[in-house]
Amino acid sequence: MKYADEFRDPDAAKGVLGAIERIVDEIGATPEKPIHIMEVCGGHTHAIFRYGLDKLTPAALEFIHGPGCPVCVLPMSRVDDCIELAERPEVIFTTFGDAMRVPGTKKSLLQAKAEGADIRMVYSPLDALELARRNPDREVVFFALGFETTTPSTALCAQQALAENLTNFSLFCNHITVPEPIKALLDDPYMELDGFVGPGHVSMVIGIEPYRFIARDYNKPIVVAGFEPLDLLQSILMVLEQIRDGRAEVENQYSRIVPDDGNVVSIEACADVYERRETFEWRGLGEIDKSGLKMREKYWAFDAERKFSMGYGRPRAKYEEPEGCKCGAVMTGRLKPQQCPQFGKGCTPDRPLGALMVSSEGACAAYYQYGGVRTQLEPAE
Amino acid sequence: MCLGIPGQIISISDSTKKLGIIDVSGVQREVNLACIMPKDGNIDTLIGEWALIHVGFAMSRIDEAEAAKTMEVLVMLGEAQEEIEAMRRSQSALGERA
Ligand code: SF4
Repeated sequence: MKYADEFRDPDAAKGVLGAIERIVDEIGATPEKPIHIMEVCGGHTHAIFRYGLDKLTPAALEFIHGPGCPVCVLPMSRVDDCIELAERPEVIFTTFGDAMRVPGTKKSLLQAKAEGADIRMVYSPLDALELARRNPDREVVFFALGFETTTPSTALCAQQALAENLTNFSLFCNHITVPEPIKALLDDPYMELDGFVGPGHVSMVIGIEPYRFIARDYNKPIVVAGFEPLDLLQSILMVLEQIRDGRAEVENQYSRIVPDDGNVVSIEACADVYERRETFEWRGLGEIDKSGLKMREKYWAFDAERKFSMGYGRPRAKYEEPEGCKCGAVMTGRLKPQQCPQFGKGCTPDRPLGALMVSSEGACAAYYQYGGVRTQLEPAE
Repeated sequence: MCLGIPGQIISISDSTKKLGIIDVSGVQREVNLACIMPKDGNIDTLIGEWALIHVGFAMSRIDEAEAAKTMEVLVMLGEAQEEIEAMRRSQSALGERA
């Protein structure tokens, strides 16, 4: 017997898939009236498409792809701000490579770089810190981007910059948090969500307590999941079991990596450096209360927003999303990627129109890349 | 950026700043070990251990088997290659204007 090599343990995968099918039946879901499970994390979205889990699971189970891809939810106005910063002659603008192709209202960082701005892709904010040490006559700005997984890295760098009294290093803070958009989606009367697959690595940092409100206040199950295909299938099964049994709990399928209390050093560093903004804009979702972070007063010397008067929410021209772009509807699960009129036409991974096409964690790019793939889990011989 | 990558800690480069050198599939670089410091504060005991590395910060200790499994998934997703490439490229970004 030969199985697709995607599954290390195909028998186990078949067993879990069989159980998923049974429970979906027991719940009474049908393709017309499916169960909706949202995977919050973009890494999970990517894995679901890569392994064809959406096709291996019953049609009566529908995945809603969540807002957990940080570059996909970056507002165009913030990309514009980055470019404005990067085009200052004294600035070396440093960023993770993922952000380079995100379209702003006029151009992307990649285009700004081609036009001469000193923009450098770095692997780590540690490298931005090192650049600042080596270039005392330049201003090094790091584009602090991402969810709770990357927030500790920039917080620890800000602490280090303070300890060294660096005067030419700052962070352009755009960190966002996972629980708040989940709350916003649960409050949206148009959303139909029956349960969640929770992010693995975000939870490794924050623990599982911050998701408690989902079970307690909204009566929905959430299971924190790993990234292997079997992890994801098991987590989906755990969500379904909760739905069938009428339970709503926070469960941790990924406990080998995710301690229930998270990572204490990270939590403390983040609390020292950052505080919550009243509100922050998410591309496709609009303003979400308390969903973004800004630097505390103690670290204002390292806050690019203050240093260069680029405060969040400063008055600016209103902008429109590109013609025909359905990012918002796809992001909230109202449309599937292929239902966007631009999908594969005006918008491709090489020439992204919307941000969901930029990163492999974006639903549109993942669907574009793997849309036709069907993972084989049948005996081949 | 979000998924991280497993690496093995091969030496300590700066114990006050809690920095060490990790090896990811043959590529080596300096990472921050503050988030996985052992309770007794002895950073040297981390040498030889495996950890999940996120953007230059070790975030979680893992065992070798978990490291291998995680790497396999990352390779299939194309993320491992991207991550290692970003590590390589970053070294050159430190030098002259890229
Ligand atoms: S295909 Fe492009 S424009 Fe349409 S929703 Fe996806 S990312 Fe947005």
